[in-house]
Amino acid sequence: MEQIMPATGAFSLIWVLIALPLAGAAVLLLGGRMTNKWGPYLGVLTVVGSAALGVVMLLQMMGLPAEDRSIQQVAYRWVFADGLSVDMAFRLDQLSMVFVLLITIVGSLIHVYSLGYMEHDPDRRKFFGYLNLFVAAMLLLVLANNYLLLYVGWEGVGLASYLLIGFWQVKPSAAAAAKKAFIINRVGDVGLGLAIMVMFVTFGSVTFADVFGQASAASEGTLTAIGLLLLLAACGKSAQFPLQAWLLDAMEGPTPVSALIHAATMVTAGVYLIVRSNAIFDRAVWAATAVVVVGLITVFMGAIIGSAKDDIKKSLAGSTMSQIGYMITAAGLGPIGYVFAIFHLLTHGVFKAGLFLGAGSVMHGMNDGVNMRRYGALRKVMVITTITFFIGYLAIIGIPPFAGFWSKDEIIHAAFEKGPVIGALLILGAGITGFYMSRMVAMTFFGKARWEDDVHPHESKAVMTIPLIILAIGSTVLGMALLFWGHIEEWLEPVTGIATAPSPLSTAATIGISLAFVIVGASIGWIMYLRREVPITAPRGSLLTRAARRDLYGDDVNEVLVVRPSYWLSRVLVWFDRAWVDGFVNGIAAFVGGFSGRLRRYQSGFARSYALSMVGGAVLVVLALLLVRLS
Amino acid sequence: MNVYTPILVLGILAFGFALFSVTLAGFTGPKRYNRAKLAAYECGIEPTPQPVGGGRFAIKYYLTAMLFIVFDIEIVFLYPWAVAFDQLALFGLIEMVLFIIAVLVVYAYVWRRRGLEWD
Amino acid sequence: MSAPAFGMHLADVVPFNLPSIDYRLIAPILILMGAGLLSVLVEAFIPRRGRRPVQLIVVFVALLAAFAMVLAAAGSRAVTAEGSIAIDGPGLLLQGTLLLVALLAAMLMAERMVDPSGDAFAPRASTLPGSEDERQFTQRGYLQTEIWPLFCFSVSGMLLFVVSNDLLIMFVALEIMSLPLYLLAGMARRRRLLSQEAAMKYFLLGALSSAFFLYGSALLYGFSGSIDLPVIADQITAKPSQSWLLMIGAAFVLIGLLFKVGAVPFHQWVPDVYQGSPTPVTGFMAATVKIAAFGALLRVLYVALGGLQWDWAPMLWIIAILTMVVGSVIAITQTDIKRMLAYSSIAQAGFILVGVVAATREGLASALFYLIAYAFTTIGAFAVIAMARDSSGEATHLSRWAGLGRKSPIVATAFTIFMLALAGIPLTSGFIAKFSVFTAAIAAGDTWLVIVAVLASLVAAFFYLRVVVLMFFAEPGPETATVAVPSVFTTVALAAGATVTVVLGVVPQPVLEMVANADVFIR
Repeated sequence: MEQIMPATGAFSLIWVLIALPLAGAAVLLLGGRMTNKWGPYLGVLTVVGSAALGVVMLLQMMGLPAEDRSIQQVAYRWVFADGLSVDMAFRLDQLSMVFVLLITIVGSLIHVYSLGYMEHDPDRRKFFGYLNLFVAAMLLLVLANNYLLLYVGWEGVGLASYLLIGFWQVKPSAAAAAKKAFIINRVGDVGLGLAIMVMFVTFGSVTFADVFGQASAASEGTLTAIGLLLLLAACGKSAQFPLQAWLLDAMEGPTPVSALIHAATMVTAGVYLIVRSNAIFDRAVWAATAVVVVGLITVFMGAIIGSAKDDIKKSLAGSTMSQIGYMITAAGLGPIGYVFAIFHLLTHGVFKAGLFLGAGSVMHGMNDGVNMRRYGALRKVMVITTITFFIGYLAIIGIPPFAGFWSKDEIIHAAFEKGPVIGALLILGAGITGFYMSRMVAMTFFGKARWEDDVHPHESKAVMTIPLIILAIGSTVLGMALLFWGHIEEWLEPVTGIATAPSPLSTAATIGISLAFVIVGASIGWIMYLRREVPITAPRGSLLTRAARRDLYGDDVNEVLVVRPSYWLSRVLVWFDRAWVDGFVNGIAAFVGGFSGRLRRYQSGFARSYALSMVGGAVLVVLALLLVRLS
Repeated sequence: MNVYTPILVLGILAFGFALFSVTLAGFTGPKRYNRAKLAAYECGIEPTPQPVGGGRFAIKYYLTAMLFIVFDIEIVFLYPWAVAFDQLALFGLIEMVLFIIAVLVVYAYVWRRRGLEWD
Repeated sequence: MSAPAFGMHLADVVPFNLPSIDYRLIAPILILMGAGLLSVLVEAFIPRRGRRPVQLIVVFVALLAAFAMVLAAAGSRAVTAEGSIAIDGPGLLLQGTLLLVALLAAMLMAERMVDPSGDAFAPRASTLPGSEDERQFTQRGYLQTEIWPLFCFSVSGMLLFVVSNDLLIMFVALEIMSLPLYLLAGMARRRRLLSQEAAMKYFLLGALSSAFFLYGSALLYGFSGSIDLPVIADQITAKPSQSWLLMIGAAFVLIGLLFKVGAVPFHQWVPDVYQGSPTPVTGFMAATVKIAAFGALLRVLYVALGGLQWDWAPMLWIIAILTMVVGSVIAITQTDIKRMLAYSSIAQAGFILVGVVAATREGLASALFYLIAYAFTTIGAFAVIAMARDSSGEATHLSRWAGLGRKSPIVATAFTIFMLALAGIPLTSGFIAKFSVFTAAIAAGDTWLVIVAVLASLVAAFFYLRVVVLMFFAEPGPETATVAVPSVFTTVALAAGATVTVVLGVVPQPVLEMVANADVFIR
């Protein structure tokens, strides 16, 4: 059993990791106009400070023996009532360490990039404030040592994401998207909330240490329930089927937000949650299977949507869904998958952030146009963006030696060990990834220029291209670095546990087949979108394309299944509450007096009908009490 | 139950008598309706003046009636205190003084806010 | 025993013992009642111009003095006044909360900067709406100061309500609390017909519910031969066979109390009354009546009817579910912010009932915490509503709130905090409150109830957040209300509400300890 060490040395500053960006957010949001000038720089500095601190902690942690790497720091006792005790306490272990680095380093780069991207926005002080708030909440999420505190971070990132999606509130579509994101996320949050309560009742505690320590004592039914509830939570946050509908709309937010929150960090919180709760999923087979199924469905939904969208950001969003689907699938595979889920999460965080920032750079040059049908031939005018985007492209489709190859290949490999069908489906998914990414690159950077008349594309400024370059370097080397130099498997092993089993296919064969699929998919993409000129208006497309353009009818399903029924229920209840009782009274009056005209006066607000319903209620209460007694 | 039987019998008798008289009067009495008889209070004199809109009484009537009830009820509390004055002793005196002060405060309020003046 | 002969001296039959009354423990109630009387005298003898400052001094001094007495009595556990008043942990805790919340409410009622023609109350409530008299009184700048005695009496009734240990005192307290509120509800300066209609409905339905309560008390007396809550409890354990009187009596008493907390199906007065009443009064009512009525409900359920738990628990289950669902769902379609908060308060009553049904120590503690959290949030929310105005008074239609966040970011942020708290978002008091109530209920085995509660809170989150969206994510237009600049009164109340809401979310520990140490009701 792992032991938890008190926080010493640099670790005594764990709380500072969160406090720095939080203080930045406070200064920026409460400071008012006087911080307009220097505020954004302060915002960048706080995150860079956290990143530096994170690196120091990594170095100190690497100096410790593997079993001593789980560090705990208690800030203060947060909630303590009869039978329930929760501390405001942090836990820094191998898993949270890599997340801290991902969040702060990618966060720093995106903050720097935003200095350029948001340069002309009148509200940019607020933007950096929200961004800092997000970083603080996300760090809280991954550093919490118990589920309740995790829940606070969970809601916090939701809130920050909501504020940032709706940042350009002038656009009604942005406000609507923000609302949708929050509502759908709330559905997931209910799952997490219920899971925490079930844990509390089952284990008497909500700290990770207690819950995982006692997990073996709980019945499988309870663990399955907890696991499914956690999966619901993960679906909401990570835009997995059936709660995927919000992510595409979330692209209404500024592009750096899409890169940081809706690609690299927040949307991967679901993966973190499942991997963190591995002790539960290991013992709940059905829950783990459900995780795999959800992941697989989303891999394909995301890929299909990504293939059909003409909006570059939405296409990337579809791709994000699909890639997170890979991670979720891996997390559902059990001990052999956890490590690779996190591995893919890290590489994806870097290359997808690079791709999104690249898309942002393109949009910056194209007067904020997002329609890829009006792009084309940008490689000539945006050299750095093209090169960095292309590296991200190679990374995501999984061409060796770029980062995505290593992580995706490991997932596919692990999936084959679990079951050939899963592995085969994932390879097919990799093929589709090759197709839609090639389509995107071809439409954007190659072919003929299809620009609108008043658009004069140009390369972005250094403050934007330097983060792109750094992320591109990361996309190139991170996979190898983590695997061969960082030994990520061994690093995470104390947290996730590991199991190796002989593979039915040799590694080389897996690599060969999946590479073949990727290349075929990519070639189809290149051929389809380079050989023929891309029409400026989208052709009608096949049934599947049209469905995918409408997000595979995600909204319509929500509308029919959730939104409309709840409004109807509300209407019916209002009617019942107001009209029915009156109708009853008036009905009697009409019957008794013979004035059928009075039946029309179904008007609300009569004290007498309220009184009648009170009496009715009284009768029901008495009946309820007596029935209980007599039964 | 038997303790209450006489009360029940008395109640039945009273009700029966009332019912009997009212019913009997309806059959036996002469019926000569006119305007004056149908007027309020049936005292033969036209009520003066008729309220506008037919039926709203000035709020002053109710105010006066409520004042009457308040001070009337006060007596009900004073009576048992008078009967058991010796036993209640100083405690009773203080409590009753407090009670009377409370009523007096209200009285003062009504007086100062001209609740006792008709116009 | 033979019946006493007429003419016999009364004292021979009933030897009179001086009642033992611990005046120190009931001092908070006495102070407020005294303040009410003093306040009436102020109305009688101080010239019109000087009344307002004197009244305010009386009210604030009385509230603070009473609060000091509650603090001084902290830790006491005693039954006094011949068993009719029980001072115990929960009672004192609720009294203290009531006084603090009443203090904030008094500040809202004292505000006279937000309405250019005076405060929130009709200059003279007896004038006909729209009449020449009304116009003249308004023009002369009259202010209604009779609200203050009414306020004092109402608060004293609430203080008594939460510590009354017999049904008759409880009934008296109920009436002392309610009658002034019926009047206050009808005194709005603007939209007076709506206000008067609200007062009338509140009064009529309140009277009906009081009748239920009284009838129930009589039946319980018939069953147990006593109005003392502990004696009733003893009788229930002593003779379990006598069920009809007991059941109907208990049901009627509970109906009277459930009416006051606004539980479905006794909730229909809530939207009309909340909407029609002057906003400061709505805030006062929404926060304090909820505390007082839940205090009494808890005491009746836990002390008198504790032995019947298996009988009332299923009934309260159903009522809690109905209350949560109806409140949350109907609130979705509301377009008036006061009505929306009215349905929200119904839903919140349902959430508190979840803790009540648990019928454990944790259930009691969590319900107490919920009440404290809810009261401060609510008073703050209504403070904001009183400030969002246009030329004809308060702008309560939701469409008028569009873009408010752009025009007045600070006030809108405060309102957002309140909405997030009511929705139960972490780091606000509402989250800790919901969480502790739900865990208490799950621990007591009411898992399905909690699942319904969580789903209802999901629905509820929707309409709370809709206001936030409207305020921040819509452009302000010509229709958008303007936020009046308030005096120090509203500012303090608003700041206090927001501070408590946040502090109870971030460092709830002291208050959680307080409710846990409040112990159970004394018997």
